[in-house]
Amino acid sequence: MGSEALKLETNHAYVSNRNSCKLCAPLGACFAFRGVEGCIPLIHGSQGCATYIRRYGISHFREPIDIASSNFTETSAIFGGKQNLSTALDNVTRQYKPSVVGIASTCLSETIGDNVDMYISEYKKIREDAPALIYAATPSYSGSHMDGYHEALWALVKTLTDPEAEKGNAINLISGFVSTEDLRELHAILSSFGLSYTLLPDYSESLDGGSWEDYQKMPVGGTPVADIKAMGKAEATIYLGKAVKQERNAGYYLQNEFDIPLYSLDLPIGIELTDRFFEALEEATGNPMPTYWAKARSRLVDAYIDGHKYCSGKKAIVYGDEDFVCAMVSFLDEIGISTPLVATGAPSASFKKRIKALVRNGEAPEEILDDTDFETMLELAGGIKPELVIGNSKGYYLARNLHIPHVRCSFPIHDRIGGQRVLHLGYRGALHLFDEICNALMQAKQEAAHSGYTYI
Amino acid sequence: MEDQYTPGMEEDFKAEILEKYPSKLKKKRSRQIVINNIDDNGDVPQIHANTRTTPGILTMRGCSYAGCKGVVLGPTRDILQITHGPIGCGFYSWLTRRNQTRPETETSANYMPYAMSTDLQEEEIIFGGEKKLKAAIDEAVALFNPKAIGIFSTCPVGLIGDDVHAVAREMEAKYPHINIFGFSCEGYKGVSQSAGHHVANNKVFTDVVGLDDTPKEGKFRFNILGEYNIGGDAFEIERVVEKCGLTLHSTFSGNSNYQEFVSAHTVDLNTVMCHRSINYLAEMMETKYGIPWFKINFIGADATAKSLLKIAQFFGDKDLIAQTQKVIDEEMAKVKVVRDEVKARCEGKTAALFVGGSRAHHYQELFAEIGMKTIAAGYEFAHRDDYEGRKVMPSIVVDADSRNIEELTVTADPERYKQRKSDAEMEQFKKDGFAFEDYTGMMGDMENKALVIDDLNHYELEKLIEHMHPDIICAGIKEKYVVQKQGIPMKQLHSYDYMGPFAGFEGAINFYKEIDRLVHSKVFGLTKAPWETSPELSGLYGWNA
Ligand code: SF4
Ligand code: SF4
Repeated sequence: MGSEALKLETNHAYVSNRNSCKLCAPLGACFAFRGVEGCIPLIHGSQGCATYIRRYGISHFREPIDIASSNFTETSAIFGGKQNLSTALDNVTRQYKPSVVGIASTCLSETIGDNVDMYISEYKKIREDAPALIYAATPSYSGSHMDGYHEALWALVKTLTDPEAEKGNAINLISGFVSTEDLRELHAILSSFGLSYTLLPDYSESLDGGSWEDYQKMPVGGTPVADIKAMGKAEATIYLGKAVKQERNAGYYLQNEFDIPLYSLDLPIGIELTDRFFEALEEATGNPMPTYWAKARSRLVDAYIDGHKYCSGKKAIVYGDEDFVCAMVSFLDEIGISTPLVATGAPSASFKKRIKALVRNGEAPEEILDDTDFETMLELAGGIKPELVIGNSKGYYLARNLHIPHVRCSFPIHDRIGGQRVLHLGYRGALHLFDEICNALMQAKQEAAHSGYTYI
Repeated sequence: MEDQYTPGMEEDFKAEILEKYPSKLKKKRSRQIVINNIDDNGDVPQIHANTRTTPGILTMRGCSYAGCKGVVLGPTRDILQITHGPIGCGFYSWLTRRNQTRPETETSANYMPYAMSTDLQEEEIIFGGEKKLKAAIDEAVALFNPKAIGIFSTCPVGLIGDDVHAVAREMEAKYPHINIFGFSCEGYKGVSQSAGHHVANNKVFTDVVGLDDTPKEGKFRFNILGEYNIGGDAFEIERVVEKCGLTLHSTFSGNSNYQEFVSAHTVDLNTVMCHRSINYLAEMMETKYGIPWFKINFIGADATAKSLLKIAQFFGDKDLIAQTQKVIDEEMAKVKVVRDEVKARCEGKTAALFVGGSRAHHYQELFAEIGMKTIAAGYEFAHRDDYEGRKVMPSIVVDADSRNIEELTVTADPERYKQRKSDAEMEQFKKDGFAFEDYTGMMGDMENKALVIDDLNHYELEKLIEHMHPDIICAGIKEKYVVQKQGIPMKQLHSYDYMGPFAGFEGAINFYKEIDRLVHSKVFGLTKAPWETSPELSGLYGWNA
């Protein structure tokens, strides 16, 4: 072939990933582990993965995030990482005195076929006083950060639940990957129902704490281990998020092992999905929704009416994790914003179907893409003429290229302050998102207008 | 406060840290935590560096891939980079270092905001990923038709048996107008980013530098090696050297492009900023092409002035020297105004610096200029020579972890080797105390008995804060919030907290102001609530009253 570049066919399906819209599996697992009281994550592989993942989490949460590594050498990469894991466990235990160590594997340890389960049982034999050891298999070549997150939850529940546990809390609420403010909102909602509950994971404090008076080796907060142990005794499990394989779904596990009824729900973003969440809570607890939330709902409806003229008929691009995108699309549909392009980075067989089912009022999106990347989105966006971009900081360049506003949601947000505490969930979350979206659109309109009116 | 820094407390501090370690680790760390006892000959003690971090200890270090792709090649804009591996590694290195660049024109190539990855899946892990890599290269060519493509290997690549070099050769045969080369920078190689720097230097030397003998126009042509344009540092350096009348041919690799790399061997002088990451290239270029090199430093206004003069003196042109002096005088007048003002407020305050492989040294200059004392410092991934000076290089023992990084054997190029200065001239330079091929290291510049810690870990950082209470700590983002949570200001010296430039004269002014803001910020005083600082108040806030 000569010096000419080859031409790609129109609609060429790219083999390479160009500006990724997904992160890697151990990252998700580490955040889930961070949501358990006294738990330190440990990444089994080369130190670089742990460093990158810490760096990434820290720039979003703006908190210290300690993640240990078993620190492979070239020799361990060839002969296995058993010794490294055992040294790492010794050192982590000595320094942090954790009650749980959450071990997440990497592409490297999985490629060489390290048998971590076996290493753990051997380690426990020589260290009888070892902390609880949880293993989440998280090779990134077969799953994204979201798979890693759910995998860690499943591993926690499977390893820790104890059939002999004394009576536990009434409700298990297992949450998909949401913000720290979302977790605080879930606490507020659950406690208002007056029943005891276990919220797993709970990094609302451990990844978004206050300033310290004294040094904290292990950040405070997290789901208490005793509560996880007793999750098999609950009366119901609510699992928020559906993009999880059945065999890796902690709620499904509890249903199978302990006969606990499972409510599998979308993330409660917007009125419709939040209604379903409250219905599930009412049914599971037998208590009615407290009036506080009814008022919040009514305030939200009032806001929808006030702001309708600003958002109705607009077009948005939405991207990110499958569960986030699905719930977001449902919310946008109820406020009259259409979503001609919705995208998620990880491959998913269910994404299209879910999105179609969630668009109840407007037109179904023209482009519903899974296993995609930002460059693909940018290429398609040209023909769509969107007016708004909704998603994490990585998509900022879409907004920049298209000269339209960007509302930052989900993860990661590292170009705004407060990215870790964006409220998405519940009626109050919807209200917050609604204000943000309307204001972004109003600002764009105001800036484009010659008049400079301050009433728009 | 009991924790105030007092000279002489270093020994106690070291003893207390080590006490908590199990014996093997204690032995290792005792050689990495060193009190800088400078002897009468000015020699510094030996430090243990560039050795593997013990598993389970929270290190600041990253991996070889990060050093190769992120650090050395990341800042160059028109070599299209493909990460060959699973998605995470490529995602995490996507624009995170915040190096800046200025393409020649609006339409000139700039691939820095673009992160291409082969996103390996299970199938490729089992059956090999070369096919996918080739397809990715085809796509890259179709999309951009770039001058050059670099392939960066992540951990699994070496283990599944992919040969990125063979793929590069094959694809280069397919696209002869494109220079395609691969890096064996799998993350498990070496003990830190440092291994990746070496891998990058080797490949850039063998496959890039020397391909085009056309020099840039201009007099007094030189390169800067080891400057990465964080926060616009390179722009300030370019401004200053241009004003002096020098021609900066190429920077490795801040604000650089491919054409500058391929012709970089046509200059008469290489200057080295970050010795750790790039001294290999300087040495190899000297052997092959006869280009002399010396160490310079543009961090700190005085250091900048000194470096500029040294470069001018090397070229030896009277007008150049005079012009350089004039620039220095002009710039220093502006610097001095801010410096004096800030110094009056900051004098006597203390700093601790734990970062990189040269910044922990260079930034001490800036602190000293405003009267602040560096009481503790250390590198993240440096070697002994960066601490103790190049004279210890022959005595450095290479351990098993670093032996897998190739050392190239380089000989003089039969046609293009050209001695830049005559033997007599070099002799005269040496007589005038003009050091070539030298770096005296960080420890010699630090105070006697100062604390030096290699590969500082989390636990030690906590202890250091508790005992020495520096007024400011400089490190990276992973340390940032641990430090700030405890009410101590923290400055990131990898990303500059998205500020800068801090190099050169204007950079110095920026830095003085920034440090002044940080050490005098009122916000850190708020970390304790009123009822915490004065117990008598607690009743007033009173739920327990
Ligand atoms: S090797 Fe795998 S686990 Fe490590 S950073 Fe890369 S994608 Fe993530
Ligand atoms: S897998 Fe290897 S190359 Fe990738 S981030 Fe981890 S240590 Fe670095």
